[in-house]
Order: sequence, then structure tokens, then C-alpha cells
Amino acid sequence: MESERSVVIAPEALDDLIGALRRRGFRVLGPTVRDGAIVYDELDSASELPIGVTDRQEPGSYRLEERDDEARFGYAVGPHSWKRFLFPPRITLWRAKAENGGRKIEEEPPNETQLAFIGVRSCELSAIAIQDRVFIGGKFVDRDYAARRDGAFLLAVNCGEPGANCFCASMDAGPRVRDPYDLALTEMLDGEHRFLVEVGSERGADVLAELPSVPASQSDVASALAVTNDAAARMTKAMPQVDLHALLAGSLEHPRWDDVASRCLSCTNCTLVCPTCFCSSVEDTSDLAGVETARERVWDSCFSLDYSYIHGGSIRASSRSRYRQWLTHKLGTWVDQFGTAGCVGCGRCITWCPVGIDITEEVAALSKQEEKSHAATA
Amino acid sequence: MATATPSELHPVGAFVPLPFRVAERRQDTGDTWTLTLEPEESGFAVEPGQFAMVHVFGVGEVPISVSGPPERPGDPIVLTVRAVGAVSGAICASELGALLGLRGPCGNSWPIAEATAGDVVVVAGGIGLAPLRPVVLHTLAQRDSYGAVSVLYGARTPADLLYTDQLEEWRSTIAVDVTVDAAEPPWKGKVGVVPKLVATAEFRPEAVTAFVCGPEVMMHFTVQALRERGVPDERIMLSLERDMRCGIGLCGHCQLGPTLVCRDGPVYSQADVGALLGVREL
Ligand SMILES: Cc1cc2nc3c(=O)[nH]c(=O)nc-3n(C[C@H](O)[C@H](O)[C@H](O)COP(=O)(O)OP(=O)(O)OC[C@H]3O[C@@H](n4cnc5c(N)ncnc54)[C@H](O)[C@@H]3O)c2cc1C
Ligand code: SF4
Ligand code: SF4
Repeated sequence: MESERSVVIAPEALDDLIGALRRRGFRVLGPTVRDGAIVYDELDSASELPIGVTDRQEPGSYRLEERDDEARFGYAVGPHSWKRFLFPPRITLWRAKAENGGRKIEEEPPNETQLAFIGVRSCELSAIAIQDRVFIGGKFVDRDYAARRDGAFLLAVNCGEPGANCFCASMDAGPRVRDPYDLALTEMLDGEHRFLVEVGSERGADVLAELPSVPASQSDVASALAVTNDAAARMTKAMPQVDLHALLAGSLEHPRWDDVASRCLSCTNCTLVCPTCFCSSVEDTSDLAGVETARERVWDSCFSLDYSYIHGGSIRASSRSRYRQWLTHKLGTWVDQFGTAGCVGCGRCITWCPVGIDITEEVAALSKQEEKSHAATA
Repeated sequence: MATATPSELHPVGAFVPLPFRVAERRQDTGDTWTLTLEPEESGFAVEPGQFAMVHVFGVGEVPISVSGPPERPGDPIVLTVRAVGAVSGAICASELGALLGLRGPCGNSWPIAEATAGDVVVVAGGIGLAPLRPVVLHTLAQRDSYGAVSVLYGARTPADLLYTDQLEEWRSTIAVDVTVDAAEPPWKGKVGVVPKLVATAEFRPEAVTAFVCGPEVMMHFTVQALRERGVPDERIMLSLERDMRCGIGLCGHCQLGPTLVCRDGPVYSQADVGALLGVREL
């Protein structure tokens, strides 16, 4: 923690912060309450933040509750993640128009509005870093993602309120932010309600300079650190600490897949809420005369039957093979493909699974029986 | 192995196809057509084994191997397509002069340079001969660079055989052995599945590279037959088919365990993917 550059701001300064970003031309996106959930949407002012609201999460359940304070970021994570702005659920890739016996193909112009994300958790910064590797870190670059990602302002918030399904600490993805950010807040509710602000970039410092602030004292810095330390200590869930890549690679015929298949509905929820899942499909549209056509890209899920369809049938016809694909990819083969695992321990897939399937429990089951079979052969 | 660089693949944008016009059209079999496509503006060079994402405006886009590769970016591209569904059907139905959109070159290529000086055995089932045709053409053009070259080819019935005139032409320079699963007179050729042809093909197991493409069961039995003759897994090359929506490693659909078939394949050695192909529904 760079205490010499840290300052303290009051909750009211968040409004100035949003104003400063809007004046710079950013489209400011952040958490707000809608339809019983904390979602990410455009913010005009800090009064739209989920003030005094927390989320109570269990496997297969999520509900909002009132807090007995005025915390702005006193919740874990909701059904949305920033991926919906960097990798939107539906975009147009290009349009083509028949003219003079030819066809004029025009790429959809890339998004030019600069995005500012308010309240990015550590796990979410890690998730963005993972999607960066997928979309812009390889041989082929997704230009739409690159345009949205380029210059996005990241206002991180250290996590003080882990949900019952969070396990970021065991994935080395939180609760304290570490990946690059512009500004990082820690909300302190002990004593006077205030935020410690750490600066991660020059433009972050620039924005901060417009806000009323005081230098952070030693005790401010200490209580900020206590916030994330407490959060880590209160986190009840953990991913089993085993070599996940090896475990998954060695579990392809594990009986547990039949067990989870008997519960999984293949509803695709887990992949839609996951901040790293990146699979997509394409759809073509045409006007009646076929003069104007367009190609759109939409989110897809490895849980759908069509996902692996080739002439003659789907490769993964059973839900056993589809859950196996999801989990094995997430924690194992993602590393082979992109040099990093695909899970940050945000717990969304557990919360939003209608039958409460818990990724950490599934891994524990795979690793326990693995130990057993090792013991048997030893 | 040759791989496409982004600049080759993205003259406009990663997802934007280049317009090509149907310049020639030939029906090969009841359900298969070979199209010669001329680039409208600019095209791209393709190495044997690479494929293109072929777009029918307003219908959809599917991966199709290049069966006659252009050597220079302006050259025409030849595709051989079997009509099995909406998009492949629309490609086959494209009239002379029709416009199609192509993105490419996608994927890696057959390691034909590495096979130089050794023997070559090409084993194809059905439409699988299309991606292998460039290998055959290459060995014909560079006949002195290779030892024994043979093509083992199987189709369901005599009427399903592709490139029948060319098979005859090839016979004058290399060995061509053809079989069909089922036939009635006047067929005088072999009846049986392609892997059976491996046992009698002329090649030195220690010096051969096998290039194999066809339905996965056919490839499975071909690998077994090649192994029985002592061909090492490292020199048994397979071209795989998976669902592909983007062709450039971004959509996730073509995963086969640790690899993305459109990005890391479609050509793999049996040593690399044999174990993966053995896992059901992977
Ligand atoms: C690397 C590679 C090389 C290949 N080379 C050849 C070849 O040389 N010759 C050949 O004949 N075949 C080849 N194939 C197979 C060919 O791609 C399939 O036969 C083709 O995809 C079938 O598509 P279809 O729409 O005609 O069939 P369908 O059975 O209708 O659809 C097949 C798939 O395409 C999807 N799809 C269908 N319509 C649309 C749409 N409008 N938009 C988006 N997706 C859609 C479906 O969801 C499904 O996943 C190759 C495949 C691969 C992977
Ligand atoms: S797999 Fe589950 S816990 Fe891991 S990042 Fe995705 S949604 Fe979060
Ligand atoms: S694991 Fe749960 S959320 Fe994911 S597809 Fe299965 S039932 Fe749906």
C-alpha cells in the first residue's frame, strides 16, 4: 500500500468523483439496485449507489437486505459483471448491402465511448485480466473488446463484505485489489464513515485532485488494511488447495460427473453470470429481399446442446459431458489455452445456479475420491 | 507448422469477410459440389490443410477446407463442399457469379515440408479427400522430393467418389487405391472400408508420414492399421472437425480438451490428440 499517496475522502465526495469522470467524457457505470438485485448500470450521481443495502447469498439464493449503516459498497457481487460492457451480450459485427451486383460489407464501427467502472472488486479485476488474455492477448484480437477495454477507467473497491459463496482468497484473486487500477477505494465504517483512496495511475491522480480530500493518517491506513484482512478471515468458502489442472485432467471419467449431471439442468445460468466465460455464437439476419444482411455475435454457453453440434449430432450430447466441459475448462484446460485459470472465486455460479451446484464442492468431491484411489493403489 | 498471422487474416477486421465470386461450379456427386472462387478485391494465400470461414449472406458461415489452394493472395480458391445442412447447402446452391464472403486462412497446415524425402500415405474417407487434395497436388508437383506416395480413398458407394477423373490422372504418377463400402455391378473395384487398404499400401513404416482425414471412426481404425504397420504416432497426422463459429480461437466452440481446433489445429498428430479422441464426448 502506497501510504504516501493515499488520501481519505468523505462519502459525499463520491458524487464529485462521478462528476469528474463524466466531465472527462466517460460513460460512468456502477452498482445500483434494480428488481431486487444489485446490478451494474449507468450512474448519473452517487445517490444511485446501493446505499445501506447488502446482499445475502446462499447456493441457489440471493436476496437484498437493509444494513444498519450507510455503506455504499456493503455487498459482495450481484448477477452482473463488467463483462456485459466489455463483451456485451449482443453486438453487430458487420452489415452488408447488395449494390451494383456486388456487396458492400461494412464493419460495425468500434465503440468510442470511454467507459468508467465504479466499484470493481478484486475478483472482477482478475476476471477482466483473464478476458484480456482471451480477447486481446493471443494471436487474434477481438477488435470490439479491444476498443471497449482500451482506456476504460477502473475505480476498484476493496472488499469488506464477502458473500457466503465467495472464495476469492483461495483463488488468489482477492479480497484486496492487486491488478492494475486507476483508483482503489477502501470503505471504512469504523468511526467516521470514510474512504481511503489509493492511486494506481496518473489519470487516477488527476481525477482525485478534483475531490476534497485529506492525507491518510497511519491509523486510516491500518483500518483500511483491517477491512480486507477481516474480509479474508470471514470468507467461509474455499477452493480445495490441490493442483487443479492435474486434478481435472485426471478426472475425465470420474463417477462424480454422473452425480452432478443428475442435478444440473443445463440452464446455462452459471456461464452467463460468470465474469470470465467468453463463449459466443453468431446469428445472421436479413431483410425480406436479402438486400441488407447483418451478422451479430451473441453470448453462448457450453451447456447448450447446439454448442458442440456438427453434422450428425452434438459432440457433447449428455449433460454429464457438458458439466465436465465447463468445470474442466474453467479450472484446467483454460490454463493450456490461455496461460491462466478461468475462475476468480466470485461465487456467482453458485448463487445463480437454480439447484445450488457449488463449484468448490464438486472439486472437493473429485479430489477426495482421487485421494481414495491413490490410497488404494499405494 | 505454418500459421496464419493476424495481418493475413484481417485485411478488414477479424470478423469481416472478403467478397469472392463463384467463377466455376462443378457437381462432383449427388450432394457435393466443387466451386472455384475469385476474389473481388483481394484474397489470401492458403497452405495445404488450412480452411476458410465461408459466409453465405443472410444465411450463415461455416468452416470449409481449401481443396485447391491459391499460392498468391490474388489467386482463386477452390472449395469442395458437401451439402448437409443450411449453410453448406446454400454454398453448394450458389450460382455462377454469386457472391460469397470468405475469411482466412484459418488454422494450421499439413506438415508436408517435414515429410520431404520420406514416403507419404494419404488416407481419406468421403469428403475428407477435400482437405487432402492439396497434399496430393503438392507431392505431384514435387514428385522428386518424396519417396513412395499413395492415396487410399474410400466412399460409401461408387457414386459418392470425388474427383474421379483426377484419381485416374494421379494414378500415372503415384499409387491410388480406392474402395467403397457398398457397390453393385458394374463396379469392379474394391468393396470394404478404407482402413483395410493400409495393410497393403506401399510405404516404409519408419520413413512414412500419414495424412488422414475422414469421419472420426474411420480415422480411429486407420490409426490402428497404421500402428499395426509400425508407423509412429508422431507421424500420423489427422485433420479434425469441430463446431466453429469464429475460426480464430475466440468463440470457444471448437474445444477439444486443452486445444482449440480452429487455432491450434485442425491438423494434429495422433501423438498429440490420440488420448483426447479416446475420451467419449470430450
Ligand atoms: C476445419 C473444418 C474443415 C471443413 N472442411 C470441409 C470441407 O472441405 N467440405 C465440406 O463439405 N465440409 C467441411 N467441413 C464441415 C462443414 O463445416 C460442415 O458440414 C458445415 O458446418 C455444416 O453446416 P450446415 O449449416 O450446412 O449444417 P447444419 O447441420 O445445418 O449446421 C451445422 C452447424 O452450423 C451451425 N449453423 C447453421 N446455420 C447457421 C447460421 N445461420 N449461422 C450460424 N451458425 C449456423 C449450426 O448451429 C451447427 O452448429 C469442415 C469442418 C471443419 C471444422
Ligand atoms: S466459475 Fe463461478 S466462482 Fe469462478 S469466476 Fe466464474 S462465476 Fe465466479
Ligand atoms: S450448473 Fe447450475 S447454473 Fe450451471 S447449467 Fe447446471 S443447473 Fe444451470
